[in-house]
Amino acid sequence: MSTPLFAYTLRLADDALVLGHRLSEWTSRAPTLEEEMALANIALDLIGQARVLYSYAGEVEGRGRSEDDLAYFRDEAAFGNLLVNELPNGDFAFTVVRQALVSAFMLPYWTALTGSRDATLAAIAAKAEKEVSYHLRHAAEWLVRLGDGTDESRRRSIAALEELWPWTGEMFEMPDDERALAEAGIAVDRAALKAEWSRTVDTILEEATLDRPRDGWMQTGGRRGVHTEHLGTMLAVMQSLARAHPGATW
Amino acid sequence: MTEKKMPLWEVFIRSRNGLAHQHCGSIHAPDAEMALIAARDVYTRRGEGLSIWVVPSAAIVASDPADKDMLFEPTASKVYRHPTFYEIPDEVGHM
Repeated sequence: MSTPLFAYTLRLADDALVLGHRLSEWTSRAPTLEEEMALANIALDLIGQARVLYSYAGEVEGRGRSEDDLAYFRDEAAFGNLLVNELPNGDFAFTVVRQALVSAFMLPYWTALTGSRDATLAAIAAKAEKEVSYHLRHAAEWLVRLGDGTDESRRRSIAALEELWPWTGEMFEMPDDERALAEAGIAVDRAALKAEWSRTVDTILEEATLDRPRDGWMQTGGRRGVHTEHLGTMLAVMQSLARAHPGATW
Repeated sequence: MTEKKMPLWEVFIRSRNGLAHQHCGSIHAPDAEMALIAARDVYTRRGEGLSIWVVPSAAIVASDPADKDMLFEPTASKVYRHPTFYEIPDEVGHM
């Protein structure tokens, strides 16, 4: 029996884990040593958020499932993450643009969630808020330099922005169980954050001398477990060790 | 975006319990803001820092290694300059 609070907390955890894992894939192949460490730092922040969220979800569920059970022993269709988070990293511009678009949403999201009536979620949000502030700064500073940089960096930034834009609408979707939680003061109304997200994104794009893509048809499905073909292969890699050696520890 | 085209910056960190910024290494970055970000990511991962300075490496003026004897040798025999001949009262605290 899945309660709304369990399902909601699990989706937040999935968002953090999937994007964190994607960023971790840059390790050993980032463009510079400095970016290698920056992307790994951000990945670790996100995986850290996922860990406390999974632990709390397991506690809420009350069936004794641990953070590892939830991260490594659920299949693709059980993941409720945003589709944008599971897309392959692409080039550095794609990774930077995604991180800017997602962080520009997650910062006001965590800020709002610090006011949650659920004390655990509020505490998790307070920690995540500081981390995501930095993720946004890092990605925005890069995007300004890529957009307003060389011909190549500009071309790649425009391509990434156009490709990613249709995946941004899902951030503002409210599943029914989440809407009920928001009305109870536990979750946050995502749609209400759209204006602030738009302002943040516009400010970055203006400084980066990039045009904001036009809103059109938006991708959807992640919250219902309907994913792109990329999540399955990502999970296969991510979960293989835990499934081959259940209970393995350092 | 190759490292060759990016200037080098020296990084100074003031630690949690330290009083002064200390040199801890160098990083490559295209400009000052990115240098601060890179310094944070490379050198403050274990809670080391409360403050960061970055300085273009090109701005450092260094002594000539060939002047080593002239500059530093004469101090070797002046042991009385070390503050080891005094008892510092506990109340003075950290100096």
